Amino acid sequence: MVPTIYFILLSATLFTLGVVGVLVRRNALVVFMSIELMLNAANLALVTFAQARQSLNGQILVFFVITVAAAEVAVGLALLVTIFHSKRTTDVDEISTLKG
Amino acid sequence: MELIVFIITAVVALIGAVAMLLSRNAIHSALFLLLNMGAIAVLYLLLRAPFLFAIQLIINAGAIIVLFLFVVMLLGAERAEDERDKIAWQRPVALGMGLLLLGEAIYVLFARPSSTLVMSSAGAEDFGAPVRIGEALFSTYLLPFELTSVILLAAMVGVVVLHKSAETIERGTQSAEEGAQGAER
Repeated sequence: MVPTIYFILLSATLFTLGVVGVLVRRNALVVFMSIELMLNAANLALVTFAQARQSLNGQILVFFVITVAAAEVAVGLALLVTIFHSKRTTDVDEISTLKG
Repeated sequence: MELIVFIITAVVALIGAVAMLLSRNAIHSALFLLLNMGAIAVLYLLLRAPFLFAIQLIINAGAIIVLFLFVVMLLGAERAEDERDKIAWQRPVALGMGLLLLGEAIYVLFARPSSTLVMSSAGAEDFGAPVRIGEALFSTYLLPFELTSVILLAAMVGVVVLHKSAETIERGTQSAEEGAQGAER
């Protein structure tokens, strides 16, 4: 039997790696992928607690999170493609038109 | 036995996540994220969630990552970020804050009495089976289930609208160039 705390530690580590990815990388697509990593880490924590408490609510919530994440990725990537049409770059440091 | 499977899968997931962050090519990053999502799917199996294992592989690994790969190849975004950051201290501070976040999470995990963090080995035979999830989805969670269809429709409409406005930007710049060339002659 694997202790719950191991799963939660893994989820916390993956989430932190996702946060560092969003902060460090400049390619907008890798930033999106780090956001997906954070969502997956949270899903892992939800499924862990669903198993620990023998309650299906955690798994149902993960189902909805995966669905909404798919919709969000679709819209986010469409936005990125639109930005690329005018800026011709995926570097997030270059998208600074609103800078004062 | 389960502990060995967990350790191997957790190491694979961590390798995938770290390699995703470190690779200079965005396509390699997407493929490492695919590895990470596969490892998390196996962890769902360990956690008695067979339905979520299938959903994770179909939607997350099979659709979202493929969409990422399409867009990376469409935009030609696989080139590395060669130039330096605009803010020089961005990377060290980000790493420091990441370590701080991890330290906080570990502290919160171990500071409280962990009576709620006991793994219950006993459970119904069909705990995470599609039958149970379907029963819950169509009785208690019917409203969110119907709302996700609205969300997906909104996402599809949004993507089509954004594609149309991208086209008008293209056509606008093209006709502006043609008008400037005609004015020169």
